Amino acid sequence: MEVNKEYAVQMHGITKMFGSFCALDDVNLDVKKGSIHAILGENGAGKSTLMNVLYGLYQAEAGEIFLNGEKVNIKNPNIAIEHGIGMVHQHFMLVDNFTVTQNIILGNEVTNQFGVIDMKKAREGILGIVKKYGLEVDPDAKIEDISVGMQQRVEILKALYRGVDLLILDEPTAVLTPQEIDDLIQIMNNLVADGKTIIIITHKLKEIKASSGICTIIRRGKYVDTVNVADVDEEELATKMVGHCVKLIVDKTPATPGDVIFEIENLTVKDERKLNAVKNLSLKVRRGEIVGIAGIDGNGQKELVEAITNLTKSESGTIKINGKEIQNTTTRNVIDNKISTIHEDRQKRGLILPFTVAENVVIEKYRVKPYNKGGMLNSSEILAYTKGLIKDYDIRPDNCENQPVRGLSGGNQQKVIIAREIANEPDLLIAVQPTRGLDVGAIEYVHKTLIRERDKGRAVLLISLELDEVMNVADTIDVIYAGAIVDSFKQGEVDEKTIGCLMAGGRKNENISQSS
Amino acid sequence: MLNEILLLIGITLMYSTPLVFGALGGVISERSGVINIGIEGMMTVGAFTAAAVSYFTGNPWLGLLAAGAAGGLISLLHAIASVTFKADQTISGIAINLIGPGFALFFCRMLFDKATMTLPGKTLPKLFDEKIFGDSAMKNLNVDITVVLGLIAAIAMWFFLYKTKWGLHVRAVGEHPAAADTLGINVSRTRYLCVIVSGILAGFGGASMTLAIISQFTPTAISGQGFIAMAAVIFGKWTPFGAYGACMLFGFAQALTVVLGGGNFAVPSQILAMLPYVLTIVVLILFVGRSVAPKADGEPYEKGVR
Amino acid sequence: MKTLVKVLKKPITSTLIAILFGFLVSAIILAFAGYNPFEAFGALFNGIFARPKYISNVIIKATPIILTGLSVAFAFKTGLFNIGAEGQYIAGTIAAVCVGAKLNLAPIIQVPIVVLSGVLAGAIFGIIIGYLKAKFGIHEVITSIMLNWIALYLSNFVLNTTAYHLPDSTSSYPVNESSYTMLLPKWKTSDAGMAALKPTKWLYEVMLKTDINFGILIAIILAIVVWVLLYRSTKGYELRSVGFNRDAAEFAGINVNRNITQAMLIAGALAGLAGALAITGTSPHKLSTMAAFENNGFNGLSVALIAGSSPIGCIFAGLLFGGLLYGGQSVQQDVGAPTEIINIMIGIIVFFVALTKVVPSLADKLEKRGAHRVK
Repeated sequence: MEVNKEYAVQMHGITKMFGSFCALDDVNLDVKKGSIHAILGENGAGKSTLMNVLYGLYQAEAGEIFLNGEKVNIKNPNIAIEHGIGMVHQHFMLVDNFTVTQNIILGNEVTNQFGVIDMKKAREGILGIVKKYGLEVDPDAKIEDISVGMQQRVEILKALYRGVDLLILDEPTAVLTPQEIDDLIQIMNNLVADGKTIIIITHKLKEIKASSGICTIIRRGKYVDTVNVADVDEEELATKMVGHCVKLIVDKTPATPGDVIFEIENLTVKDERKLNAVKNLSLKVRRGEIVGIAGIDGNGQKELVEAITNLTKSESGTIKINGKEIQNTTTRNVIDNKISTIHEDRQKRGLILPFTVAENVVIEKYRVKPYNKGGMLNSSEILAYTKGLIKDYDIRPDNCENQPVRGLSGGNQQKVIIAREIANEPDLLIAVQPTRGLDVGAIEYVHKTLIRERDKGRAVLLISLELDEVMNVADTIDVIYAGAIVDSFKQGEVDEKTIGCLMAGGRKNENISQSS
Repeated sequence: MLNEILLLIGITLMYSTPLVFGALGGVISERSGVINIGIEGMMTVGAFTAAAVSYFTGNPWLGLLAAGAAGGLISLLHAIASVTFKADQTISGIAINLIGPGFALFFCRMLFDKATMTLPGKTLPKLFDEKIFGDSAMKNLNVDITVVLGLIAAIAMWFFLYKTKWGLHVRAVGEHPAAADTLGINVSRTRYLCVIVSGILAGFGGASMTLAIISQFTPTAISGQGFIAMAAVIFGKWTPFGAYGACMLFGFAQALTVVLGGGNFAVPSQILAMLPYVLTIVVLILFVGRSVAPKADGEPYEKGVR
Repeated sequence: MKTLVKVLKKPITSTLIAILFGFLVSAIILAFAGYNPFEAFGALFNGIFARPKYISNVIIKATPIILTGLSVAFAFKTGLFNIGAEGQYIAGTIAAVCVGAKLNLAPIIQVPIVVLSGVLAGAIFGIIIGYLKAKFGIHEVITSIMLNWIALYLSNFVLNTTAYHLPDSTSSYPVNESSYTMLLPKWKTSDAGMAALKPTKWLYEVMLKTDINFGILIAIILAIVVWVLLYRSTKGYELRSVGFNRDAAEFAGINVNRNITQAMLIAGALAGLAGALAITGTSPHKLSTMAAFENNGFNGLSVALIAGSSPIGCIFAGLLFGGLLYGGQSVQQDVGAPTEIINIMIGIIVFFVALTKVVPSLADKLEKRGAHRVK
């Protein structure tokens, strides 16, 4: 591999170990100046790790890094920043109760001789960059109050404020609508036009096709290939990423829905700041049907789920299952009425990490016979039940019933939750972001499971921020915007652009695209 | 009547000062994300060191500085455990509460002929010259200089935390250490410094007991002030002025106890003594609501943990 | 190597290492201060084991802190920091004296009534803390600290009321003898009793020179009961899930607020029991004016930490603690070193308990590195 000034960055022979686990094994990366270069890989493939090495958060055990033809040693993020490298992380590194401005200038403040921050100068500097690249933000808003899209712009501003030439974006489109993704690609093109280089880490094939010129594929810590994006199609990229043939569309037979089993009418729910997050929302789910709710984060999905599961109270409206009203009762009442939920935050709401798999599995059943005998837990029954679920759902390792659930991988943890909720034989199964953080194999498994349950006659409500997932899996697609369902379609009736437009508050007849 | 009111104000200011220093110590430590339960132990060490140094050198100001140093030194143990070893910060703090008084009494016996109290030493001066007020009611307002130092410390901390860049760093480290880390801020170093400063402040708190309110160190010089200071931190929602106010409230309640106790009320002294504590609970129920600690408070920081 | 890793991962190993370090560092401090560590530890050892009455006194001293340790450990397991064990203990003593000094029924009824009144008082203090946390979100540490002081002054107040004040003293009336939980108090001081005991020297010494009582039995039984409650019952399962992750527990339908209140009720009851048993079991069987805390509750905190919040562990940690506190007096008497060295030693043990919590994860790394090398 020759070292060349034309390349913004060259990483050669990078090996990174975490204890005895090999995260990166002799990986190479060459990124041309002024290009948009994608790094493709599954969750856990090592792409974030590679970039963390470049950014100085980790030190590699072996390998060299060259910037613009010169060898560099990046020991910490400060040095990376000095060399003009900036990183926008997948999980935003923003302090929630600081303002946008404070987050942007953190670590890079302009001060007088006493260390007092010059806020005025800071805002001027920020507004200058905002204008230049079109990154709309409110400098005085607190992070906890702004949308995810704006939070991402703050992250990008953080990098630009420090004068970066090389910008690394880690899974930037995970939480954006199609329109926002277009906006982001436009911003990326603006930056490149200004002479900057962009590396984008992603597992989203569509975005790579839409934005990048070159793509490097990494699988299980090893370098696979580097291709010209224009010369390959999505299925080829997927195959390289996973190592075997991958079908991108979910196999499913058409739905044969029965009668309405779950109905929400004119529901209004306030959020943490006492504003109406859900406003007169109505929806229906039938037996044997998967209803998917498509929407941008922050349009009331969270509050809707909390109201249904009774984590918060509803201001007005009704939520009925099998004709019975369950709003404003208790979480237990919801479960007793045969509604099971796969919550999006598996580590916070779904599992008790220090508990064993068995202890987690019975958390909704421990009060009933035979798991409960006279106030005491019946361990033999509980273990037998757990073993059965481990077998049915192929949870690995297969003898984990007495191991703390925190030792399981993300995919297996999700399986524990899914197994538990489905074993309740619910009438309504709610799945919120069920495939977050999972690799392609696990995602396929979850989707298959949801369809299988639907085929058994259950009602399934799928709430996801991944539009692809909703469009692929759901039989009926409801679009949520500003706390209400604005439109509803059968699968296949409309295209992604139309839905994306509705998700952003537009109307169905606007934005008629030329061709998809 | 005027005498009573001024007496009340004077005692409030004096009694609250050790609490103020302790509470400010708690604030800076927890703002950086390290729980500090060991304030009581650090204050005890400071109280002893101040009295002993003042006795042996005849200079109370040296005693004050030595107290800060002693508090800072013992807080280093807490920093090592909490930051480097990522140990349970609650346990480490409790250990300090056992070790601190242990050391204080141990060295007291060694230096003062096996006694558990120091011999009386020179105290810090009052704010104004005693002669100015003579015997008028105003003399009640002639408080120890430590009262003023406490106020200055509170203002300085407020300024530091909210106006300077280092304060911004401290708060970022306490709320989202990973974010600070990715921007090049040294999380460990920030936390070490904050814990040590908290120890120094607690040391001053102890000194403001044995160099002002009383003039020597005894086994009961510090009995609970550190815990009250902790309560003040939570009460004051982890802000310098909030904690200061909480300490004032507490000091006021204790002053009420003294003033009412000396008067002609039929209330038994023990019931009066309960007053500050009952008052605190009542105020909490009525006004404060849920206190939210800095987000990363109590969680050791590990790189790469998602 | 594999056995080493296995041993290192056991929680008891970390505790033993911590205790070892506690002794080591104290030895260094003693040497530094000019005392012979071996002499000092020898005096400590003698102070605990040399005579039967010493052992008995250690057990007597350990009893209340095993129970307050259980109180704190139980609260920890359910996610709460019960720094209020001190106040709950005092509440137990107040109730025991109030009831036991006025009622004078047959022991078979009197003892349970007096003891249960202490349990109830402790439970009430505990439930206040739990309720305020559940309903208003007020941090249990603040309410605990406040209630500790309230209990202290309440005790001083009660013993000064005309109903309870013992004339010409700074204490209350003692409880009536029918309330005693001591071992055969009347019999052992009677002629027949003393005659029966005299032949067996150790028994004589233990019965007549110490306040040997049933408290230790109750403490051990309760430790087992608490263990069963926490790990085998459905209520214990609920409490632990709330303690580990209240969000997940809430989501699964568990009533978080009710469980917090119940947990503090039980914790308070345990500490109150400790106080009641101290009154019924040991002289002077009455309330005395307190200028400062006597630390039965706070020592329970250290016991719970050293025991790693394990209920059975509290028995052993309590005995260790009792031994150190009681035997520590001998260190000053025999060797001249300040008794505070014991407090320092205890503090260092607790400190190392905090540090050695990382031993299991270090063992994990050792294991992985070993496995990697084998590859």
